[in-house]
Amino acid sequence: MTDPVIRVVNVRKQFGDIVAVDNIRFDVPLGSTTALLGGNGAGKTTTLSMLLGLLLPTSGEITIFGVNMLRDRYRVLSRMNFSSPYVDLPRRLTVYENLNVYARIYGLPDVKVRLRKLSEELNLDEFMNRPYGHLSAGQKTRVALAKALLNKPELLLLDEPTASLDPDTADYVRGMLERYKARTGATILLASHNMSEVERLCDDVIMLRAGNIVDRGMPSALLKRYGRQNMEEVFIDIARERRIELGLDSRKVTK
Amino acid sequence: MNKRNPPPSGLFPPLRRIMALVLRHLYLMRGSWPRLLELLYWPTVQMVLWGFITLFFLGHSSWVAQAAGVLISAVLLWDVLFRGQLGVSLIFMEEMWSRNLGHLFVSPLRPVELVCGLLAMSLIRTTIGVGGAALIAIPLFSYSIFDLGLPLLAFFANLIIMGWSIGLVVSGIVLRYGLGAESLAWISIFAVQPISGVYYPIDVLPGWLQVVAFALPSSHVFEGMRAVLFENVFRMDLLINALALNVVYLGGGVIAFLAFFNNARHRGQLLNVGE
Repeated sequence: MTDPVIRVVNVRKQFGDIVAVDNIRFDVPLGSTTALLGGNGAGKTTTLSMLLGLLLPTSGEITIFGVNMLRDRYRVLSRMNFSSPYVDLPRRLTVYENLNVYARIYGLPDVKVRLRKLSEELNLDEFMNRPYGHLSAGQKTRVALAKALLNKPELLLLDEPTASLDPDTADYVRGMLERYKARTGATILLASHNMSEVERLCDDVIMLRAGNIVDRGMPSALLKRYGRQNMEEVFIDIARERRIELGLDSRKVTK
Repeated sequence: MNKRNPPPSGLFPPLRRIMALVLRHLYLMRGSWPRLLELLYWPTVQMVLWGFITLFFLGHSSWVAQAAGVLISAVLLWDVLFRGQLGVSLIFMEEMWSRNLGHLFVSPLRPVELVCGLLAMSLIRTTIGVGGAALIAIPLFSYSIFDLGLPLLAFFANLIIMGWSIGLVVSGIVLRYGLGAESLAWISIFAVQPISGVYYPIDVLPGWLQVVAFALPSSHVFEGMRAVLFENVFRMDLLINALALNVVYLGGGVIAFLAFFNNARHRGQLLNVGE
């Protein structure tokens, strides 16, 4: 069996008295698309930040591609990338300038060819020379996705990839992610509040509540377990702790 | 599993990443003429002001009359220190203003490389700003600071290194306490101005304050500048003192910045930057 791309072992993050993530433990298998789901404050962004190394856990261990992220993150950062609505690109630089800078930081061998290809794939041509700050939300999301795909990451971490997008643009982004994954076999971990997105893209779901993993499974398995028609209803059941009422095991899921 | 990317080509990777960061800020400068103008504006205004004060004092002060360029040299060299510090702090805050730190720190760019990029941009900005003002002084006051020759290089290097050190500490504080602390970037350096002996000799200060003053590399530089202008002597002892202090200052500045960075990773401030 192949080693998981991400291994999280007993990771805890505490800010003062507040426990944001409480001894979570999970693996993300190679080539999977896994969703981190949970209500506001459940610990999704905290978990993603720790996986990226932007935030240090209070305790526990994170390995990505077999590398300890707390000690050697620079060995694997060039193999991964991310996108988040909480992080922006310089607004006064044009789209081309932004992507060019990051292409150089990632050390891409042929920057112009890569940018041209991404521009074609994500339809950036019409605003490639416009300042990033002048773009619409949908255009910015496409640029952020282009930045996230610049280095052809084997692991893509996405925080709410379609937040605040109209349905058409959101569908476009989801399609792009599906095509990227089909083409490269990349592993994707995404945090989302959009349940139809999760049903469409993900083959595995990790449910978080108050910093704990409270359930995990394929979307179809979760629907069956909770006797629901869609993931939105499952989400609400879990967020409102109906899991216990349903007579399901209320212990934390540890793997 | 997808095919691995071909290995990056070209420059030594850390240098390539530092240059990419410099390129990002050159793009910013190129795209905004007010930013370029701002680089030249204050050094030039200060130089013109002190140039006219010099013209006045030439007829009223025997001290200034002994070395007509002393005040203009002082103001230009002070600006090296100020612009050096500001260059580091402003470039770093630019990343915070644009909420770009998260992208930078999940890229292969290391914090030490970020520091190098900040220093490189500070050097470029200071050279443009102070160099431009120095050039303007030549036709305006018939005074060229470049006549100082090689000592000018030593003065410049020591002052900009001290400016970098303070700039790195300020950047770390802004990272730790948020953009609410950004005014430190503008005011912190002025705490050392009165005891750096920019416009007067250090022996003007009370004895105990002279001890504090000589703990600053800048005091040795400005004393050295006066030695060149008044006595035509280049004081190697002052240069060595300044260099030795700067090793400590720059080392301290880098360590402080990295410590603040590490603290920010504990506190989750690399994603949530702001006031």
